[in-house]
Amino acid sequence: MAKLKTIYLAIIFLFLYAPIGVLIAQSFNESRYRGNWTGFTLKWYESLFENEDILNALSNTISIGFFSALIATIFALITCLALREVGKKWRAMFMSAANVPILNADIVTGISLMLLFLGLGMKLGYGSILLAHVVFNVPYVMLCIMPQLIALDKSFYEAALDLGASPFKAFTSVVLPELRPSIFAGFLLAFTMSADDFIITYFTRGAGVDTLPTAIYSQLKLGIHPEMYALSTLVFFTILIFVILFAMNRKKI
Amino acid sequence: MKKIFAFTIFICCIILGGCTLVEKDDAKNILYVYNWGDYVDPETLKIFEEETGIHVVYDTYDTNESMYPRIKEGAIHYDVICPSDYMIQKMIANNLLQPLDFEKLPNAKKYIGEKFFEQSRAFDPDNKFSVPYCWGTVGIVYNTSLVKDEVDSWKILWDEKYRNEILMQDSARDALMVPLKIMGKSLNETDKEVLEKARDMLIEQKPLVQAYVVDEVKDKMISGEAAIAVVFSGEALMIMLENPDTDFVVPKEGTNFWIDSWVITRDAENVDNAHKFIDFMCRPDIAVTNFDYLGYSTPNIAVQELEEDEDYKNSPVAFPDPAVYENQETYIYLGEEMDRFYNRQWMRVKVE
Amino acid sequence: MFRSVGIRNLFLAPFCIWAGVFIFVPLIFIAWYGVTNADGNFSLENLEMIFQTEFFRSLEVSVILALVSTIVCLILAYPLCLILVERAKSAGLIITLLFVLPLWMNTLLSTMAWQTILEKNGILNQLLRFFSLPDFTLINTSAAVVIGMIYNYLPYMVLPLYVALSKIDLSVIEAAKDLGASTWKTFYKIILPLSLPGAISGVTMVFIPALTTFAISALLGGGKLLLIGNVIEQEFTFEYDWHLGSALSIVLMIFIVVNMIITLAFDNSHEETSD
Repeated sequence: MAKLKTIYLAIIFLFLYAPIGVLIAQSFNESRYRGNWTGFTLKWYESLFENEDILNALSNTISIGFFSALIATIFALITCLALREVGKKWRAMFMSAANVPILNADIVTGISLMLLFLGLGMKLGYGSILLAHVVFNVPYVMLCIMPQLIALDKSFYEAALDLGASPFKAFTSVVLPELRPSIFAGFLLAFTMSADDFIITYFTRGAGVDTLPTAIYSQLKLGIHPEMYALSTLVFFTILIFVILFAMNRKKI
Repeated sequence: MKKIFAFTIFICCIILGGCTLVEKDDAKNILYVYNWGDYVDPETLKIFEEETGIHVVYDTYDTNESMYPRIKEGAIHYDVICPSDYMIQKMIANNLLQPLDFEKLPNAKKYIGEKFFEQSRAFDPDNKFSVPYCWGTVGIVYNTSLVKDEVDSWKILWDEKYRNEILMQDSARDALMVPLKIMGKSLNETDKEVLEKARDMLIEQKPLVQAYVVDEVKDKMISGEAAIAVVFSGEALMIMLENPDTDFVVPKEGTNFWIDSWVITRDAENVDNAHKFIDFMCRPDIAVTNFDYLGYSTPNIAVQELEEDEDYKNSPVAFPDPAVYENQETYIYLGEEMDRFYNRQWMRVKVE
Repeated sequence: MFRSVGIRNLFLAPFCIWAGVFIFVPLIFIAWYGVTNADGNFSLENLEMIFQTEFFRSLEVSVILALVSTIVCLILAYPLCLILVERAKSAGLIITLLFVLPLWMNTLLSTMAWQTILEKNGILNQLLRFFSLPDFTLINTSAAVVIGMIYNYLPYMVLPLYVALSKIDLSVIEAAKDLGASTWKTFYKIILPLSLPGAISGVTMVFIPALTTFAISALLGGGKLLLIGNVIEQEFTFEYDWHLGSALSIVLMIFIVVNMIITLAFDNSHEETSD
């Protein structure tokens, strides 16, 4: 039975990592064209660091991902705290409303936000992408925080208040530590969603502001520049290292 | 609570900071260019910036149709764009372009071939709005090791033998053009019955087709995924250089002679810079650099002489015999309703 | 948790304003476009278009493919998560994280990679030829699209399911076994009901994006499959008919609302027991 389980894990593992293996292989392919292996090279890694467009897109992706996830997390936390205290029916209604941007087809969300920004007289650019990302990130974070917050035992918080702690102090020292895993998960999920979104970004971005996904999307049909594969390979290993470090630290705690 | 409040303000500052950061750009000497993906050599943009001190904000699109709403809605005020023939006509019709000042475009007057301006009249009747940048035909690229028949007609795309080896273009006009030409009709056909017949031919062909593609065609023909494909002539040159087993023909029934041209938008804020940019792109040395990078035929008459790479210079694909493009048609804008009709027919093919 | 309703409402206020501006106003835009025609007059003609062959068939295909991928994801994810929860005790978190890590790769790039694997002269076929096995060409079929969907959305099923399963008290399962329940019986009498909320949110997180995707079908379907997502994308970006595009999105929203109602129904029954 244990063997069977290991085989099952291995098959799914293979399924999940096969395309990543292909991407890594392509980053070392001499030919600019996909599926045409002409030899091993490192030149794409070199040209990656000279390619300002890709590096700009990378920094935009990271900063938009980070700030939109941060804002969304704070926003979602405040809202969830309030929603804990409203009735079940109201809570369900609020949650459904919050979920609309992620349940709608991306393209619809993207276009309607573009219309909204233009209607508000905003200039499309970095700011509008950030705002749009916050819009679809808030529900993801709320989905992560809400269940844990509901399961939270209120009596500890009340005990802290009875012992003379200020509400803020009681919140930061009792509630927040309890919520930390789900807040962290929400932040991470939001960052991921932001870094992978291309449709909403495509419609809400301004001239010359690209994120990695929009840069990839515009290259998709014309053949992806191999520098992108090189970058993905680097991103993959960076994340892998982070994940391993994270897992090891968790074990110690 | 105070901390949260302070933090919220901090965040707002960041957002506003982000907005103003983008707006600051406007004060500078700047030019917004919106072009097809991979349609100029990035090197030439750098040279332009160095020579003129104008900062180029460069953006790309993948189809005429995805570019159009962004211009129409005024999402961003681009100055220079490079649409295709029928789209230029549509934009002129919808008052989205402004006339060019050819006094500011000496290189365009001198180096762009007269016959390309003539051909442009199909969509820009007075040659007031556009300067040709690239042109080409649509034809068949085939893998000589897989296709032994003589290829000279679109009909080969209906040959049972090549089941699952055929790549067609994935756009309404380019797809319907093929059966229309086989029937001997115009590629600007507006007779609905004829169009429905063309559609039925495509439906009949669908089981033979491996995929409907846009630019992926290059990848697929180079790696030998398919034997026959409908491609634009510029792509054909790239494919033939990478995969020597391929050849290109313009079918005898006729084809589409397309032109992509530089235009300036009505809402352009940097009109002077836009003229400088267009004229710069017409300069022979820049035109050669771009031609080497793109492989698309250029209307610039100085290029063939200046070209050093023999593969390019002697390529009948890039510099075809004038007979090839004589009497070929160019797409014209057929109006909203007809556009929609074309698209509906194409959708029917795709859902079958 | 708040001293007064006032303070609670103060916390709720930003969200209400936010939802009003960024959720409802855009929805109203879409609704307005959906029920008007190009002249700006009220009309239902765009909504009725869904019953025309082109649109109805693409909706049908989309629903089928989305359902198939959701079911396959669910079937794959349950044993996977059960094994992962079991192993997490000994092997730690890392093995679980490895199964979610592909989520961080760019969707478009990894879907492109599937193209390289599945195509006619792709990696899969080269492997098969190496072992002298017959070719197996999947590219440009609905099967390839389903594989792409499963690949991209499996982590969304694994995540909530894993969380739900890891919360189940192991002693409950052991108790059941001690009382003589078979593995199967333990599964559907104990594990299944306790992990149902996780499974439901997993289903939502897979079904909805699978229903609305257009990139995956464009890359792996070879343009031969027209999903409703592709149609909407086309209406908005190629054909510039926002009225029809909006009307089709409204039709799509019906599915989403149905999904939401089901989720809420489960949520309520679940919360009543836990409160």
